[in-house]
Amino acid sequence: MSKELLKGNYAVIKGALLAGCVAYFGYPITPASEIAEAAAYYFPLAGRTFVQAESEIASINMVYGAAGAGVRCMTASSGPGISLKQEGISYIAGSELPCVIVDVMRGGPGLGNIAPEQGDYHQVVKGGGHGNYKCAVYAPNSAQEMCDLTYKAFETAEKYRNPVFVLADGFIGQMMEQVEFGKLDPVTPKKLDWGVHGTADSKNLINSIYLDPDELEAHNRKLQEKYKKMEENEAMFETYKTEDADIVLIGYGITSRILRTVVDEARKAGIKAGLFRPITLWPLAKDELNKLKNSAKKFFVVEMSNGQLVEDIRLVVEGKIPVEFHGRMGGNVPTVDEVLEITKKLS
Amino acid sequence: MYEPILSKPKSFFETYKEKTGDQTITHYCPGCGHGIVHKYVASALDELNLTDRAIFVSPVGCSVFGYYYFNTGNLQAAHGRAPAVATGSKRVNPDSIVISYQGDGDLAAIGTAEIIHAANRGELITVIFINNAIYGMTGGQMAPTTLVGQKTTTTPRGRDPHNEGYPVKMCELISQLNAPIYVERVALNNAANRAKAKRAIKKALKLQSERKGFTFVEVLSQCPTGWKVDAPDALKWIEEKMIPYYPVKVFKDTSNEAEPYPEAKEIISGEKVFEILGIKRDEKKEETIKYEIPEKYKNPRIKIAGFGGQGVLLLGVALAQVGMMEGYNVTWIPSYGPEMRGGTANCSVNISDSLIGSPVVEKPTILVAMNKPSMEKFEKDMVSGGILFYNTAMIDTEPQRDDIIKVPVPATKIASDLGNIRVGNMVMLGAIIEKTKLLPLETVKSGFEYFISRKNLIPLNEKAVEAGMNYIKENNL
Amino acid sequence: MDRGKMVVNSDECKGCGLCISQCPVGCIEFDNETINKQGYHPAKYKGSGCTACGICFNVCPEPGAITVYKLVKA
Repeated sequence: MSKELLKGNYAVIKGALLAGCVAYFGYPITPASEIAEAAAYYFPLAGRTFVQAESEIASINMVYGAAGAGVRCMTASSGPGISLKQEGISYIAGSELPCVIVDVMRGGPGLGNIAPEQGDYHQVVKGGGHGNYKCAVYAPNSAQEMCDLTYKAFETAEKYRNPVFVLADGFIGQMMEQVEFGKLDPVTPKKLDWGVHGTADSKNLINSIYLDPDELEAHNRKLQEKYKKMEENEAMFETYKTEDADIVLIGYGITSRILRTVVDEARKAGIKAGLFRPITLWPLAKDELNKLKNSAKKFFVVEMSNGQLVEDIRLVVEGKIPVEFHGRMGGNVPTVDEVLEITKKLS
Repeated sequence: MYEPILSKPKSFFETYKEKTGDQTITHYCPGCGHGIVHKYVASALDELNLTDRAIFVSPVGCSVFGYYYFNTGNLQAAHGRAPAVATGSKRVNPDSIVISYQGDGDLAAIGTAEIIHAANRGELITVIFINNAIYGMTGGQMAPTTLVGQKTTTTPRGRDPHNEGYPVKMCELISQLNAPIYVERVALNNAANRAKAKRAIKKALKLQSERKGFTFVEVLSQCPTGWKVDAPDALKWIEEKMIPYYPVKVFKDTSNEAEPYPEAKEIISGEKVFEILGIKRDEKKEETIKYEIPEKYKNPRIKIAGFGGQGVLLLGVALAQVGMMEGYNVTWIPSYGPEMRGGTANCSVNISDSLIGSPVVEKPTILVAMNKPSMEKFEKDMVSGGILFYNTAMIDTEPQRDDIIKVPVPATKIASDLGNIRVGNMVMLGAIIEKTKLLPLETVKSGFEYFISRKNLIPLNEKAVEAGMNYIKENNL
Repeated sequence: MDRGKMVVNSDECKGCGLCISQCPVGCIEFDNETINKQGYHPAKYKGSGCTACGICFNVCPEPGAITVYKLVKA
C-alpha cells in the first residue's frame, strides 16, 4: 500500500526527503512541531542533517549556510517564528539562494493562540523582510498537497534560486488524510556548481551586499526580472463549477475546502456558485481571475484573517467586479452554514 | 643571498577583485588589528594546506568584507548569525574547514545566542573573535566588551555598570560549556603575544581539520580609529586597559583527550528512501472501494468527544485508517486550540466515497460521546436521524433529542472488566461497527498495526472491540 | 652582512607606524620624502640592522605591505 494515513505535517517531511532535501534546521512551535519531529526521525536515517536550532533566527541562518552550498534544505515554523525568520529570508532572497520554508499558521497577532488562522498571508506573500524581494508561496489544502507541494517547492526554489514558502494553516498541518506516494520520484541530492562546498573548484561567494547604488539597483532589476518570469510560469490554481457561476467564492487552504462544500450546498439552493482556489498565493493566477471577472457577477473572498488575500484579488480586478469579504479570526473556522447564509444574501 | 621568509600568504587573493576602489590594499583603517589577524588566519591555512577546503564566514562589522581577501569559499552572514551560517555550511560540507570570523558586537551582543549554542553543540568550526571593545564600523559606539568607564559615542560619560552592565567575558563563558575543546584568549599588544595569537589560530584550525571539536580564539585587538589614539599607543592600551580585565590565557584545552568526531554518514537516496519512510511503493492504479457501507450510514460525518486520556483521538484515527484501507477518502482533524477549553478533546472524522470538502464536522451523523460534557456540547448539533453512541459508564443523564438513534454503551465499565480502563475507546469502536456495519471487523484487526503503537497491546484492543460488538448483540441494541 | 632585511611595498603601506614602533632593533623609519598613492608617508627599511625576526611582518595589518628576507649561505 503506497497510501498512508498521515498528518499534513508529517507529509511535508516525507515529501521533502523524496525531493532530495539534505538538511532541516528548525525550532519547535505549535502547530508546526510535528514537521520538526518527523525530520528528527527520518532525516538521520537517510544520512541527512537535522538540527534543532536555539532559535528561529539561528535556524533560518543555518538554512542560509546550507543553501549556500547549493543543496536542498528547509525549515518550518508558525507565525511568530516566521516573523523572527524574516531577516534571514531577506538575506536568502538577496543572495539568491534556494530553500523551502513551511509556515503552519496559527492565531495572531502577538502570542495569539495555537488555533488555525490565515493571518500570515501578508508577511509571507508580501515578503515580510526588508527589501525588494518576492517568495513563491504554495498553499496546500490537504495532507496530499502538503507532500506534493513541498516536493514541488524544492523544484521551484532551485529553478529560480529563490526562497519558496509552503503556507498552510493549523488544520492542514494537524489533519490526517490518505497520502499517496506512488507518483513521486526520489531525487538524488547533489551540490550545485554555484555553491560553496569547501573545495578548490567551489571558491564561490554567497553575498547580498552591493555597496554601489547602481550595482544594487542592477541586482534588484535582475531580481525583478526573475520574479516576472515566476509570475509568467508558476501560477497554479483550481476552479470548481465556475463555468456558469454568478458568484465565485475565493479561498485557499482549509477555507477552500469549506467553500467547496458551500458551493455544493448553494447549488442545491439554486444559486450558481463556483470556487476559485489559488494554489500559489504568489504568483497569483491573474489571468484566470480576469477571465472570471468577466463571466461572473460577484467575487466573494473568505479567509481566516482580517482580509489579506482579498486585497490582492481587488488589485487584480481593479474595481471591475464587486469583491465581497468574510473573515473569521482567532482560530475560528468559518462554518459551511455561516458562509452559505452570506452567499445567499449576496446572490 | 636573501630569501623571503615572510610574505603575503597565498590564502589571500593576489588582488581584491570584489573590492571597490584600490584592489591592492585592505579596506581597514591604518593600524587596525583585523588585518593582522587576517594574516594569521591566511598563514595558518597556507601552512596547514587547508586553503582549498576553507569556507570563510564574514560577519557584520568592520570585517564584513572579509570575503574580499580570502581565496577560499566565502559566505557573508547577517549580523550575529555567523555561527549559525557556519553550522549550516559545515553540516552539509563535512569535509570543509569553516571559519566564523566575528567582532565583539556581532558575537557578544546581537549574536550571543548563536555563539553560545554553536559552541554548546560542539560544531566542528573555528570561531575567531576580535575583541576591540568598541563598535568600529558604525563609528565608535559601545560594544558589549567596552570597559567600565570607557568613553564611546553611546557612553559619552564612560560605561556605567548600573546603566550598561559589565563588559562580557566570552572565553570565560564559552569555556564553561562541555563541548568546546579549545578556548584561548590572545592579544596583539606585543611580539610575544602576537606569536601566541598566531599559534593559537593555527592550532584551532588544525584541531578542526582533525575533527576534534569546537575551537574558539578571542583576540584582544586594537582599534586606533575608534579609540582615537595612534596605532603604537593602541597596543599600549590593550596592555594597560584590556589585559588586566581580559586575562590572556588558555581557558580550556581538552584537545589531547578529545576523540575525533565520527565521519559524516553517507547520504541515502533513490528507492531506499521509500524504505526509510516506510512507504511500500506500488504503481497500481487507484484502489477502489472494497466494502460497501450500508446506505443508511454512507458518507458518515463523525464527531468523537470525551476527556483527554479516553482515547477519543485514537478512536477517530482507527475509523479513518480502516476507512482508508477499505478504499474510502478519509479525513481526521483533532480538536486543538479554542475547542480544547473545558477539558474535552474531540476529533472530526469523515469517511466518504467522494472528495471531502470541509473536513470539519459541524453536524455529525454519528456522535460518540465518551463523557457528559461532550454529550451536552454536541448532541444538539447532530443531524436529525443521526446516531449517538454514549458512554453510560460516565454519563448519568439521558440524551435530550427524540429525532436521533440512541445507543447507550457502558464502554468504560466494559473496559474496566477487561482489565484496562483505557480501552473504552476500542469497546466503543466495536459497538459502532456492530451497530452500523460501518466497517468490517477483519479490516479493523488488520488495521491495528497502523494505529496501536505498542504492539503487545493489540490482543487486548482486539478483545475490547469484540466486547463492544457483543454488548450490542447481547442487548439487541 | 645583516642576517636579514625587510622590504616595504610602499603603495600598500598606510603609515600606521606599528612596524616602526615594534621593531626591536629600530631599523625601520617613516619615509618622509615619499607620499604614496594613498597619501601616507610609508615605512621604509633604514638599510641595515635587520635580524629577520619577522616582528614587523606579524604586526603589519596589510597582507602584502611587508616582506621579510633572511640571509642564506649560497
